[in-house]
Amino acid sequence: MSLKIVVLAKQVPDTRNVGKDAMKEDGTINRAALPAIFNPEDLNALEQALKLKDAFPGSTVSLLTMGPGRAAEILREGLYRGVDQGYLLTDRAFAGADTLATSYALATAIRKIGDFDIIIGGRQAIDGDTAQVGPQVAEKLGLPQVTYAEEILNLDEKTRTITILRLIDGGVETVEAPLPLVVTVNGSAAPCRPRNAKLVMKYKRALGAQEKAALTQNGAELPYADLYETRPYLNLTEWSAEDVDADLDQCGLNGSPTKVKTVMNISFQAKENKSLTGSDSDVEELIVELLSNHTIG
Amino acid sequence: MNNIFVYLEIEGRTVADVSLELLTKGRKLATRQGCRLEAVAIGSQLDGIEAQVLPYGVDVLHVFDDPKLAPYTTQPHASVLIRLFKEEKPQICLMGATVIGRDLGPRVSSALKSGLTADCTSLEIGDHTDGKTGKEYKDLLYQIRPAFGGNIIATIVNPEHRPQMATVREGVMKKEILDPKYPGTVVKHKVADYVPDTEYVIKVIDRHIQKAKHNLKGAPIVVAGGYGMGSREGFDLLFDLARELHAEVGASRAAVDAGFADHDRQVGQTGVTVRPKLYIACGISGQIQHLAGMQESKIIISINTDPDAPINAVADYVVVGKVEEVVPKMIKYYKAHSK
Repeated sequence: MSLKIVVLAKQVPDTRNVGKDAMKEDGTINRAALPAIFNPEDLNALEQALKLKDAFPGSTVSLLTMGPGRAAEILREGLYRGVDQGYLLTDRAFAGADTLATSYALATAIRKIGDFDIIIGGRQAIDGDTAQVGPQVAEKLGLPQVTYAEEILNLDEKTRTITILRLIDGGVETVEAPLPLVVTVNGSAAPCRPRNAKLVMKYKRALGAQEKAALTQNGAELPYADLYETRPYLNLTEWSAEDVDADLDQCGLNGSPTKVKTVMNISFQAKENKSLTGSDSDVEELIVELLSNHTIG
Repeated sequence: MNNIFVYLEIEGRTVADVSLELLTKGRKLATRQGCRLEAVAIGSQLDGIEAQVLPYGVDVLHVFDDPKLAPYTTQPHASVLIRLFKEEKPQICLMGATVIGRDLGPRVSSALKSGLTADCTSLEIGDHTDGKTGKEYKDLLYQIRPAFGGNIIATIVNPEHRPQMATVREGVMKKEILDPKYPGTVVKHKVADYVPDTEYVIKVIDRHIQKAKHNLKGAPIVVAGGYGMGSREGFDLLFDLARELHAEVGASRAAVDAGFADHDRQVGQTGVTVRPKLYIACGISGQIQHLAGMQESKIIISINTDPDAPINAVADYVVVGKVEEVVPKMIKYYKAHSK
């Protein structure tokens, strides 16, 4: 049995390493100060997909991402690890999408990819931490969902069922689900394999149309231009809203029921505090004070 | 119609704390909005469940009782809510930001094409003017949540679509019984009218729930350690102090990531939110993500060699010194003075 797997991945600002210059003076995020990375849990999802490809020869893994032209980097990172085909869904019409509009756009693109057995992505992205896009894509496609997956334990070719270990609050459970379905994977699942050197050599010059346009701005010549004719796999696939036949009313800001009213930078007001040293007398005084006001004891 | 609904998470036959916290909040919102508070119980063997629910000020409890509805699987529970909400047209729907709530909420919101805000830490009612159209909206639900890795707090509104849905983190809201004899009504629904057989597609074949080993969330005193504790052995000292004070031990994310403490002891945005009467932070520098999970503690003591540690800004007492010297002295003087 060969499987058709679609991996969902997002390019995100690395919110885990936020430096002092990450916030502008007006309190908005200075995205330029944060490196753009492959959303960590999407890498865990990619690994589960590649493991299935290893176990079921003839299977294919497609990678779908949505974002600006530079998100083609996500497709290359996938190709370096064994992805067969990448798709970048990119259009101004998708800008400002909340999770509902994002999942609508992804679902239309998945329908265009067409044939699939498993759609798999990370549990959540580190810029929003919502964990909503996976289940919403499943609902839009009318498919079952298994979220918080830790490991794919088995896939039965005859019954076309998949057995998955997932984390639940305070424990674990094992579920059996029919194909096709949507799976979201935890960050504690198996880490993604490293890039494969041969695949890096093969795909390192792969570019999306917007990246090529950026390189040839001001009349510059595209480096290695002839390669893109002799090696068609170096031309990364970009799809617009029109390409996937998306209803513009359901895309981007228009299709987003939630609106951001205000954004506030977190700052903690300093309290007036009592400063003590670690000396015996200071610690004794502290304990006595806490006992006397019944905080302890 | 246009009432406030809370989805009840039920483990075994017990309603989860997070759901009771939401009922408490939901009651306040319903009173503010002049509408009813309704709750939805979906599961198996739910006879008598109203005794756990109505005292929180619930006007109507909807019960969907069928052996196939427990343990939780996504589609049957989603199907109940989707159909019920199409009939009842709630203005607001709340659920816990737990594994179940975060699995169920998006599925329901997608089917209803309503908005959903994940992991809220605060909910308020207020007005909103659309920046582009200038249209004014009265009495919307302000859904307030950390975003961008905890570096910002965003207020989200849902002007046009109903219900306004939000998941809320466990422990950030208080649970409080309104009236033990609150006169709510119970409506038992026929499950087959809400869940077609085709929705039962996922089988749970094995399930292990461990009872929590400790009660960090409810502890009146928390002794927490950070990366500065240096090792798992370093944490032993904190357990000693905790034993004396009848406290629980918490940890910062850095300490958990370094393997000094178990994951379930993590305090902060991605861990547990605590609000004890006393929080003793030992060797914790105080990343904002950590502060978000403990800043509402009544009294905060910071023990740190760094007098400029960010956590000192929220502390009531700052002890500048080495934890391994200060904590044994605390134990010593506590023993000396508490008797």
